[in-house]
Amino acid sequence: MKSRLDEQTIALRAAREFADGAVVNLGYGLPCLCADFVPEGKTVFFQSENGVLGYGGLASDAEKDYEMINAADQPVTPAPGMCFFDSAASFDMIRGGHIDVVVLGAYQVSEKGDLANWGRPGRPATGMGGGMDLAAGAARVIVTMLHTTREGGPRIVKDLTFPLTARRCVSLIVTDLAVIEVTATGLILKEVAPGWTFREIQNLTEARLIPAADLKDIEL
Amino acid sequence: MPVNKIFKSCEEAVADIFDGATIMVGGFGSYGGLPINLIVALAGRGAKELTVIANMGGVGFELTKRIKPGGYQDMGILFERGQVKKLIASVPALGGMPPTSPFEKLFNEGKVEVEIVPQGTLAERIRCGAGGIGGFYTPVGLGTVVEKGKEKKVINGKEYILELPLTADFALVKAHKSDALGNLVFRRTARCFNPVMAMAAKITIVEVDHLMPIDGLDPEVIVTPHVYIKRIVEVRQ
Repeated sequence: MKSRLDEQTIALRAAREFADGAVVNLGYGLPCLCADFVPEGKTVFFQSENGVLGYGGLASDAEKDYEMINAADQPVTPAPGMCFFDSAASFDMIRGGHIDVVVLGAYQVSEKGDLANWGRPGRPATGMGGGMDLAAGAARVIVTMLHTTREGGPRIVKDLTFPLTARRCVSLIVTDLAVIEVTATGLILKEVAPGWTFREIQNLTEARLIPAADLKDIEL
Repeated sequence: MPVNKIFKSCEEAVADIFDGATIMVGGFGSYGGLPINLIVALAGRGAKELTVIANMGGVGFELTKRIKPGGYQDMGILFERGQVKKLIASVPALGGMPPTSPFEKLFNEGKVEVEIVPQGTLAERIRCGAGGIGGFYTPVGLGTVVEKGKEKKVINGKEYILELPLTADFALVKAHKSDALGNLVFRRTARCFNPVMAMAAKITIVEVDHLMPIDGLDPEVIVTPHVYIKRIVEVRQ
């Protein structure tokens, strides 16, 4: 049975990359779901660019405090050891390489790991927010996205056609079909969604993929 | 006796904001940390041709209902009233919202200019302006639209872009508590852009939940020292 992973499962797979004690920033949209999937037994400190380190999960209706939000405007809960700081200090943390992992959404990723995740066609004034700072500054950038566009076209491409966020910044791509590592020698296809073959994934990917020696089904 | 900084209303506190002024507006974008009552007072004052420096352009009352039940006024009202000539922001319009914010409508009609700045660069440009620094080199934006027309420099083998400071005639900010002198503390993520903007304007006006007596705050936890604050308005939540 061949299927695509849903967004929750993509987030779950991406969250498995978090090391115990890691400082992690989650981008707008799909990446925010990772907050619910921290592997059991691990502690992760979520940083949000509006100025908080170490918040808990998403707040229930009863817990909602609109002065306690993540960068995607979602109310989150306090957690022991949490701290607050202003925007300038927050971006010192981000630009200065003090964030271990950032998970970002994307419109396109190139075979060199170039990222396009802000400029939407027909929406020239949406802005990049903290996306450029996060992509340029984090120690490791993981992209979570759907493998193809709504029309079925590729999003993992040879060269970007969407506006660049940062060059050569992406380390790992987690999609609804595959887990792909960006390396100096090219894109390594490490894992595929259950039932999919290397050839089928390659046909939906413009950039050339290299099958990993131990290519396997995505493990959850 | 120091000058009395306490104003009775937001309307009085913004009464001299003039046409053509450059104004920083604190907050992050949505409800938390936005000086909502000062923004509404500025809309009432009607000053025009403003240059506004803020993290986001606001979404307008209708769309704020998607963020907080019941909605609230945000920066959108300044665009609805046609008061803004130019917006400098990291997120002028939210991609996750329909293209119907007051800013985006005006932008699409060619009636407002925009300068889009990465969020960390925006914060740092404001901090430079506050601290008398002439600019800084950052790697953020290399190879992107952001580097257009800017000086580049290689420092220790890494490439950087020169970014220049931002200052303003007025800053409208939100804090949780102020003492009678204007020492400020903030609440949770409502801190965001408020402390840096408070330091970067000729006249900073703060809207606070609680006004305290002069010895009402612990000096060890003050975030913004009173030297930066010119006007204080208490708006009880």
